[in-house]
Amino acid sequence: MATETLTMAKALTLGLAAAMEADDKVVLMGEDIGPLGGVFRVTEGLQKQFGAHRVLDTPLAESGIVGTAIGLAMRGYRPVVEIQFDGFIFPAFDQITTQLAKLTARHEGALQLPVVIRVPYGGHIGAVEHHQESPEAYFAHTAGLRLVSPATPHDAYWMIQQAIESTDPVMFFEPKSRYWPKGEVDLASPGAELHASRIVRAGTDVTVVGHGAMVSMLLDAAELAAEEGTSIEVVDLRSLSPIDYAPLLDSVRRTGRLVVAQEAPGSVSIGSEIAATVTEKAFYSLEAPVLRVSGYDTPFPPAKLEGAYLPDVDRILHAVDRALAY
Amino acid sequence: MSYTPETLQLLAPDGTRVVSEATEAYLPYVDALTEQQLREFYRTMRVIRRFDIEAGNLQRQGQLALWIPSLGQEAAQVGSGFAAKAHDHIFPAYREHAVGHIRGLDVVQIIKMLRGLTHGGWNPAETGNFHLYTLVIGSQTLHATGYAMGIKFDGMVGTGDPEKDTAVLVYFGDGATSQGDVNEAFIFAQSYQTPQVFFLQNNHWAISVPVRVQSRTPLFHRPRGFGIPSVQIDGNDVLMSYAATAASLDAARAGEGPQFIEALTYRMGAHTTSDDPTKYRDDDELRYWQERDPISRFETYLRGLGESEAFFTEVNDEAEQFASEARARTLALEPPAAESMFAHVYSQPHPVMDAQRQAFADYEASFEGGA
Repeated sequence: MATETLTMAKALTLGLAAAMEADDKVVLMGEDIGPLGGVFRVTEGLQKQFGAHRVLDTPLAESGIVGTAIGLAMRGYRPVVEIQFDGFIFPAFDQITTQLAKLTARHEGALQLPVVIRVPYGGHIGAVEHHQESPEAYFAHTAGLRLVSPATPHDAYWMIQQAIESTDPVMFFEPKSRYWPKGEVDLASPGAELHASRIVRAGTDVTVVGHGAMVSMLLDAAELAAEEGTSIEVVDLRSLSPIDYAPLLDSVRRTGRLVVAQEAPGSVSIGSEIAATVTEKAFYSLEAPVLRVSGYDTPFPPAKLEGAYLPDVDRILHAVDRALAY
Repeated sequence: MSYTPETLQLLAPDGTRVVSEATEAYLPYVDALTEQQLREFYRTMRVIRRFDIEAGNLQRQGQLALWIPSLGQEAAQVGSGFAAKAHDHIFPAYREHAVGHIRGLDVVQIIKMLRGLTHGGWNPAETGNFHLYTLVIGSQTLHATGYAMGIKFDGMVGTGDPEKDTAVLVYFGDGATSQGDVNEAFIFAQSYQTPQVFFLQNNHWAISVPVRVQSRTPLFHRPRGFGIPSVQIDGNDVLMSYAATAASLDAARAGEGPQFIEALTYRMGAHTTSDDPTKYRDDDELRYWQERDPISRFETYLRGLGESEAFFTEVNDEAEQFASEARARTLALEPPAAESMFAHVYSQPHPVMDAQRQAFADYEASFEGGA
């Protein structure tokens, strides 16, 4: 009864609305998020529902948005910032990394900064430059930030509310290519904590792990592999900082093999960190090196080439085969 | 040097009062000052100048990693600092030692930061709403604007209730005016009509770069293009600094939106103790500003009002005492426990912090009884 079939975009809208109902200090800030409802319509109807003082169409200045969100949080508000596209976050990079991430430590705990920064990210949407990127590693490298990314409408609905409840800054990465597919949302129970990773398909031969849009790709790959007799276990990372390693290590200790998939360039990436940590903690369980399937270390290419750049089911299965060949 | 026909002034460098039509509106603020308040202005300027010199000495003696002198900017800071009400909020840059002192910040907190013991560490709720220093140039202007947006959303502006109406006072320098964040702060402040005063201390130098590189036009003209009313004042005139800030804060609290003050002053010392101004500026310029010293002109003014010699002697003794206590307390400061670096990175328990704190403790323990 409490389950609905929703797109991720709609689930986010409802999650934001629920958070705003629960706490009148929650305010949304961003470019075009008012009457337009954001370029992805995630805030559609919210300004009408809650008023222009709770859903702020800000001036077009990302550093200004995050910098003033910090000031609002100091005043006791819980700002939820929308960055319009992944590649447009960098004007705010300074405020996020030198200020937002560090102010709690600089106040020696006397100040909490419950600011959420929503970042639509990733490719597969055929868009122009700066609109398809995966910049999460820059922020995962910065102490003081928490990073999460939902892969399903259900997680989107709950994780946005959990992120808003957090007393630390949370970067909330929304996989753009997953905004529109529908999925079941249990409106009664989140099912997991914000920073928990989760095994979403059981298997015995190889573990594959990813986040955001990669998760559905990994599930598709597992389905195909099953037809060929290979049993793949799929882990949805959900939280990129901190990473919840327990389910992942448990899985790797059973399968002995791990493939990490991500849209971001592979160098110095979330996948790199997972490969290093799993090697340190499960060395004697590994039958093969941890393999990464990533975007290439090039700028995100023009849209007609994105199919070659982004990991797909074939590249994932290719890596699975390589892992099994050891 | 950079005075313009529009520069507002109440006290000339020779300590006499300046009468002009332009400053008439500010006179009620100055006329309302009691003798005791005037003495406090003087006392604070003298005490902080003496402390500032002591802190510079401590750095030279290896007791501080760095010192950031405020020498020469005392009037700009003391006048504006005293103009704020107790419930107003102040966002400093990193040179506003006098303002912090006025708001109740223990100056040893600043010493701790520059001795390498903290990155700030004070709690604004306990220091008269005097927020932390910000070293990334201009970043704090956006925090101030966001804070002021919050005040506005809380309905604490323009109610007419002096206990309720609140404003934000934010400090920054001439170099900061070139930063995107400062200009974005103007935009957001204007857009949301925030109750805040932008207080620019134009001390003429951004480390080694003169203000003319930052702007070909007087800096107080710039906010007008954003729709923010502005004035330029003689920042070495403590009465003008007080009156202009009080008037601007009143306007902000009353709901008239953001206000801007450019206080012309001069960084008589180095940018920091790591700097060497002899490499880039000449003695004539320093002499010009020494003749416009903020403290000596106010002392002359007070003597003209009949202030006794005993008062000046008492303030002198107090300044010596203050500096000597700051020195003694500095020398007694011990570094925090190394594990404290893990303590407040997040406000809630965090697995990476827990694991690394433990790894650090284990590593340290491995030396016990060892070589």
